[in-house]
Amino acid sequence: MLIEMHASFQWAWLIPAMPLLSFLIIGFITKKWPQLSSTISIVCILTSFVLAVWIDFGIFFSGVGASLVDHPFQATVHWLTFSGVHIGLTPNTFGLDFGTLIDPITGVMLFVVTLVASLVQIYSVGYMHGDKGYARYFAYQSLFAMSMLGLVLASNLLELFLFWELVGLCSYLLIGFWYFKVSAREAAKKAFITTRVGDFGLLIAILFLFNKFGTLNFVDLAKLMGPGFQNAIVFGGMSYLTLTAFLLFSGPIGKSGQFPLHVWLPDAMEGPTPVSALIHAATMVVAGVYLLARTYFLFQHASPAVLEFVGSLGTFTALFAATIAIAQNDIKRILAYSTLSQLGYMVMAMGVGTMTAGMFHLMTHAFFKALLFLGAGSVIHALHEKQDIWDMGGLWKKMRITGTTFAIAVLAISGIFPFAGFWSKDEILGTALKNGHPVIYAVGLFTAFLTAFYMTRLFVIAFMGPEKKENHPHESPWMMTLPLIILGTLSVVGGWVAIPAHGFAYYVRPWGSVYEPDPMNWTLAGISVVVGLAGMVSAYGIYNGKESDPLAAAFPRVHTVLKNKYYVDEFYAWIIKNIVDGIGKVLYWFDIYVVDGIVNGLAFLARFLGNWFRKAQTGQLQVYAIVFFFAVVALFLIITIGDGQLAALTQLGGVR
Amino acid sequence: MNYALLAPEITLAIVAVVILAIGLMIPKGPHKGMVPLTILGLLLTMGVTGGQFAANVHGTFLNGMYYADNYASFFKLLFLTAALLVVLSSTEYVQKLPAHRGEFYALILFAALGMMIMAGSGDLITLYIGLETMTISFYVLVAYLTEDGKSSEAGLKYLILGAVSSAVLLYGISFVYGLTGSTVIAEVASSLGSSISPAIILALVMVLVGFAFKISLIPFHMWAPDIYEGAPTPVTAYLAVASKAAGFAALTRVFLIGFQQQVYGGSPEVVLAVLIAVTMIAGNLMAIPQKSFKRMMAYSSIAQAGYLAIGLLAGDQAGVKAVLFYAMIYVFANMGAFTVATLIANAQGSDQIKDFAGLARRSPFAAAVMLISLLSLAGIPPLAGFVGKFYLFSAVINQGWVSLAYIGFVMSMVSVYYYLSVVKTMYMEPGEGLPKIGLGGASKFTLFVTMIVTLFIGIYPTPLAQMAISAAKSLIR
Repeated sequence: MLIEMHASFQWAWLIPAMPLLSFLIIGFITKKWPQLSSTISIVCILTSFVLAVWIDFGIFFSGVGASLVDHPFQATVHWLTFSGVHIGLTPNTFGLDFGTLIDPITGVMLFVVTLVASLVQIYSVGYMHGDKGYARYFAYQSLFAMSMLGLVLASNLLELFLFWELVGLCSYLLIGFWYFKVSAREAAKKAFITTRVGDFGLLIAILFLFNKFGTLNFVDLAKLMGPGFQNAIVFGGMSYLTLTAFLLFSGPIGKSGQFPLHVWLPDAMEGPTPVSALIHAATMVVAGVYLLARTYFLFQHASPAVLEFVGSLGTFTALFAATIAIAQNDIKRILAYSTLSQLGYMVMAMGVGTMTAGMFHLMTHAFFKALLFLGAGSVIHALHEKQDIWDMGGLWKKMRITGTTFAIAVLAISGIFPFAGFWSKDEILGTALKNGHPVIYAVGLFTAFLTAFYMTRLFVIAFMGPEKKENHPHESPWMMTLPLIILGTLSVVGGWVAIPAHGFAYYVRPWGSVYEPDPMNWTLAGISVVVGLAGMVSAYGIYNGKESDPLAAAFPRVHTVLKNKYYVDEFYAWIIKNIVDGIGKVLYWFDIYVVDGIVNGLAFLARFLGNWFRKAQTGQLQVYAIVFFFAVVALFLIITIGDGQLAALTQLGGVR
Repeated sequence: MNYALLAPEITLAIVAVVILAIGLMIPKGPHKGMVPLTILGLLLTMGVTGGQFAANVHGTFLNGMYYADNYASFFKLLFLTAALLVVLSSTEYVQKLPAHRGEFYALILFAALGMMIMAGSGDLITLYIGLETMTISFYVLVAYLTEDGKSSEAGLKYLILGAVSSAVLLYGISFVYGLTGSTVIAEVASSLGSSISPAIILALVMVLVGFAFKISLIPFHMWAPDIYEGAPTPVTAYLAVASKAAGFAALTRVFLIGFQQQVYGGSPEVVLAVLIAVTMIAGNLMAIPQKSFKRMMAYSSIAQAGYLAIGLLAGDQAGVKAVLFYAMIYVFANMGAFTVATLIANAQGSDQIKDFAGLARRSPFAAAVMLISLLSLAGIPPLAGFVGKFYLFSAVINQGWVSLAYIGFVMSMVSVYYYLSVVKTMYMEPGEGLPKIGLGGASKFTLFVTMIVTLFIGIYPTPLAQMAISAAKSLIR
């Protein structure tokens, strides 16, 4: 069928192109002029934002959205043609395209990414003011925006993978932005290497898909996985698609910080705070969730065990990270563990079968978590780089805008009606129960309690606790508070897209699925709100007016375990030191004596042959001419004999 | 007769004669004004040729003795591009020549004219005329440094060996005429049909060898290292890219139109495959121990001829497209590398690899262009060379020659070794005491263009691929 389109869709490629342009301009021309660089960067990202809004208008308000849900718009350019290679189900010739794919999922992501990126860049003008690497910072920000937007718009898995790696690179560059700090360098390396473990699985999954289907285009893959596909058992009782789905999921485990690859995200807080807000809360870390949504058809065709695993791992991560967050004192680390926990919710949603709720939570979370981080940045800025919440206190009176917006974000993440987090979290929990996962529901609900508890703890200690004499906090400049206000507004109203008719669920759902209106279950919603309030009240009761952590005194052992993050990092260090290094030593020996032996042998052979051939090159003209004529004769004889014309050779003298 | 079809050749001939005349009229001085004039003439000719290409002109002349089709136009654009880049990159080099600066540009143009005739000719005698027009210009160009013994020696060697190969080619052509009564390639094909006899094989082998000499297939390559080393550096570059491409232009038409039924499917195809395999293997291996950059590039260009001939072996539209595509990007990659070598030769008067030491510090831009050019020659993505090799190898795999593709892969890996040894010298070694390399405007422009094209075609090959397909379609319908 003819795909309906909006005039804006064909310009989607401009959205990542604008930040790329600013990256190139800053990198090659204007890096010596910081203010000019940041202006260029912000103008470019705002242009992208306007374009994204235009496209979103086309998707959601122009009447073509309904057909886009099942028939995404694609604009591609041809990159390479493979001919003569027969792979999987494809005909003789196939190719790789690069291009943009637009459907409602893309629409949501475009809006979230361009909005948060714009706000964070504006905020950074204030936050990074006077930093030596100011221009470099904005160049990286632009590069990141380009990569993330490319990832969101990618029309096939290879293209997505390319940008997936690019956002990883940007994350590395920005975590290690203050490279003179050892901790920042170490954190950057840790983030890069840890996520690389997951990327490896993702790459194998991509190769698996390519090998079987001969295409990586999302729409084509979804079609090919239809009823005609023979899903044979390949490995340990797992079918081909199931194995591929498991491998593919390892990408999100790394990128979206699921257990056991979650360890990099808290350390990533070494980067500048706006970076944490953009990359490690609102956009890059949710790329894994986005990937799950994009390839949801694969999980639907794989064995149900995969989604069950996805859901369980998400749930576990949500709980696991929430418990750790209770015992942390560094404001950014609390938020980091909170991010892990919320990412767990999103993955949980995917696992219990509601891609819609997962994407919904992704969106609302982007608003309030970016807000929390930017608020934290505002506080850190005001207190001159203090990050321990026990060193804060009394900020509520001095920083009214930061305090108010932070409070809104706390209410939103705690799932209090009618703030944004309420709608999305409630939808996840409701669907979990409806689709027959009572345990996941119960754990999710308990985690909601913990979430409300630790966020209130943070707020009570940092903003309402006793004032410290040595602190002289002041409200941040308008460039920093304006983004807070905008995000604060969205944290209130962002969830209202779910009422009265669930517009979000109508558009954002798997391709080819039938939209079933799912009325709000107000009983469950009521329970969620009560649980959230209970968490807030208990945290207020315990921490109000305290100078140190009463829970640490009451449960010292549990607290120590939580404070040390269940010793996962120590466990990894032990493994690396004792096992990986041991294997490494064996492999090193193998490499030195066996691999190098072979390689050196080959190199010697190559040199030897090269020298031997070279001997013929005497520089003497006569030799060259003799070789020439002999070769002519030899060629003639070989071909004549080869063609069975030997007998006819005698007639050569009398051809005519 | 429609003379408009000959517009590119006529334009270039006039330009070349005018340039020659002007060069003779101002016998003394640096001849700086000659460069813009030559460039203008080349651009004019390119415009005319590009117009023909865009209009998809397809015409024949004198009962098929001469073609004006997209295949020829593509190659003409290639030769003109190469000539343009050579003129640009040699601006400063020519200033240092002891004498005859004016004729240098005229000779480059005459060589280009010969190549254009080779690409367009549909007749073996016309083809030979083109070939000699090109080669005689090159004899002079190679021996241009009259003070330099190496250059003179190279010129003489090239003259004698060139004469040998021309003799063999002419002998082959005379056999063809004797067998078929015609030298028009299309008529030869219809007269021969699918018949094969020792006499036909002899003719075929001699024609093949005549061109194999020009494209330096092993064992007809022995002239290349000595001549490449002795010739002035810009001439070496021109010889490596343009003369080789002209050889391919002619050989491809002769084989695919004239001897299609004799070559493909029989033992000539197998022998050609073996020659290609040997060329790729030995060319790359012999490049490894070289200490002179120009000698190394000579062996590299032998190996590259092996890769290119793979497309000829495939012998279908995809193969021809791959040859055209690769030949074009080879111009840019090789010109990038040789422009840097010209700069080094200008500043330090040497062409040893060790003289590239510390270039990354002395001229970061030149070193970067060298790096990109060499990596493209090695076929590393996302550079143009990768896509080119991809087309070549996939075309030949499609024809069932998987083994050749494997040899190509492995030898490409080997080539990385000697290409990167230059990079290592440029980036890792301090190169103390060596002079800073100043970039003139023209050289800078050449480097910039080659770099951008090599990068752009690697990232987005489709436009050039479309051109190559259109040209291939005009050869094989």
